[in-house]
Amino acid sequence: MKPLLQSETFVRIAAPLAVGILLIGMWEIGCRLASIPVYLFPRPSDIFVSLIKNGPSLLRALLVTLRVTLQAFAAAVVLGTLIAFTFVQSRAIEVSLFPYAVLLQVTPVVAIAPLIIILVKNTQLSLTICATLVALFPIISNTTLGLRSVDPGLANYFRMNRAGRLKTLIKLKIPGALPYFFGGLRISSGLALIGAVVAEFVAGTGGRSSGLAYEILDAGFTLDIPRMFAALLLITLTGVVLFGAMVSLSKLALSNWHESEIGAET
Amino acid sequence: MNAIVPGEPLNESTNRVTAGGDQPPAVEILSAEKVFSNGTRGLAPIDLSIADGEFLTLIGPSGCGKSTLLKLIANLIEPSDGRLLWWRGDFGQVGQDGRRFAFVFQEPTLMPWARVDANVRLPLELADVAKAKAAPIVAEAIELVGLSKFTRHFPRQLSGGMKMRVSIARALVTNPNLLLMDEPFGALDEFTRNKLDADLVRLWWERKLTAVFVTHSIYEAVFLSTRIIVMAANPGRIFRTMTIDHPQPRDEEFRGSSKFAAYCRELSTWLAEASLPPVSGGTP
Repeated sequence: MKPLLQSETFVRIAAPLAVGILLIGMWEIGCRLASIPVYLFPRPSDIFVSLIKNGPSLLRALLVTLRVTLQAFAAAVVLGTLIAFTFVQSRAIEVSLFPYAVLLQVTPVVAIAPLIIILVKNTQLSLTICATLVALFPIISNTTLGLRSVDPGLANYFRMNRAGRLKTLIKLKIPGALPYFFGGLRISSGLALIGAVVAEFVAGTGGRSSGLAYEILDAGFTLDIPRMFAALLLITLTGVVLFGAMVSLSKLALSNWHESEIGAET
Repeated sequence: MNAIVPGEPLNESTNRVTAGGDQPPAVEILSAEKVFSNGTRGLAPIDLSIADGEFLTLIGPSGCGKSTLLKLIANLIEPSDGRLLWWRGDFGQVGQDGRRFAFVFQEPTLMPWARVDANVRLPLELADVAKAKAAPIVAEAIELVGLSKFTRHFPRQLSGGMKMRVSIARALVTNPNLLLMDEPFGALDEFTRNKLDADLVRLWWERKLTAVFVTHSIYEAVFLSTRIIVMAANPGRIFRTMTIDHPQPRDEEFRGSSKFAAYCRELSTWLAEASLPPVSGGTP
């Protein structure tokens, strides 16, 4: 057993934690010393109190946002992968459809969200569609890139062994595309959350939604700034958890062979 | 200790020393030439017969078409004119009569996500051989190249020489009759290369393979081959042929002999001549 301070994992967790505690401590003390009013900039302790006090309503809001995020993320993964597979089937398909994927990507979701919310009656569904649109592109572009980045030597080998299209896809292209796919997952999971929150903001002005964005808007109207911070904290935490989950997933799948995940061992 | 893949009887009547007999030549190249799409003459018409059980090496300056010739033999490219026969038949018949060939590239070209055994199993998997049936064949091929202790390793955990061994094991699992190799050890250091050459020549002998080998190394060519084809460039053609008359399988003793040195010296002279620009008046 090594001393704690020499342990790599301990340092990796403890060092950022120490920085965080230090920053929060400075924030708390700074606010107290300068006696900044709560409605301008709350202290961490105020936020914590608000988090406890508004716990049930915030938690309900979190679940709403989380549901939209996860639904959108799942839809983006399934759709994005399918589209990527279609793209690599033929150059003609990719060339004719890729510009529209780009079009989808560059149009800000805030700009199309009102339209989608008007067109789709079900709020939950309309929010999910908005978030999916945001999260879709990284999956498409990364997976397409991955499926195309096959080692030419290996591709040659498969051809020489008269491997069929399906076998080449399963045995060669899909495993080769995994590192790119997981890279896409990481970006996309964060974007799904952003898309969900942005769409809620747009919908929330109509008072039809009750996600975390609505909590923030509502807190703004009532100048309940600690509640605003508490909701913000929950959004951030959700993003971190999502990202962490994707990192672990990628590690689980690639740690044996891909350069990006090697280093944890040896 | 003759290594035989289970269930695949070897043809014991194969005549190892002479190319004649009733054994049909493994490959016949009949006035095959290659002109590339940009008009370059890769290969002038070539006539060459590769006997069954022969170890034939192609050597020559860059641009002499040795890799092109190997690709023609592997049917990776088609001749612009002339034709090739494999065991007196068309390429379409190869495989139907149980005859196979395997190709070892310059690079190991292994799947980085698959362990050594899975990499070696790949050709069997592509041929729809059941996993249970493939397992002993795979294990034996891995043992033949001396990697039994590394069955569950990933390619990134192996050295360059070991990766090349995996690549050779992968070529052996299909129990090929004809083994085609394009500078397989070119990227390795000399010590590793000598060791792999010695193992290769032993495998070739034990498995009664026909081998066609492309190299840049004079020593490697003399050590391995029963016959060496020296090629020249512009256009790619056969310059001269050398037969290495020494019993097989060869060992390190041959490498140190004066006979070996003499062969190397002569081959080196020939290569220098082959590298000279063509005599004026040769081309209109």
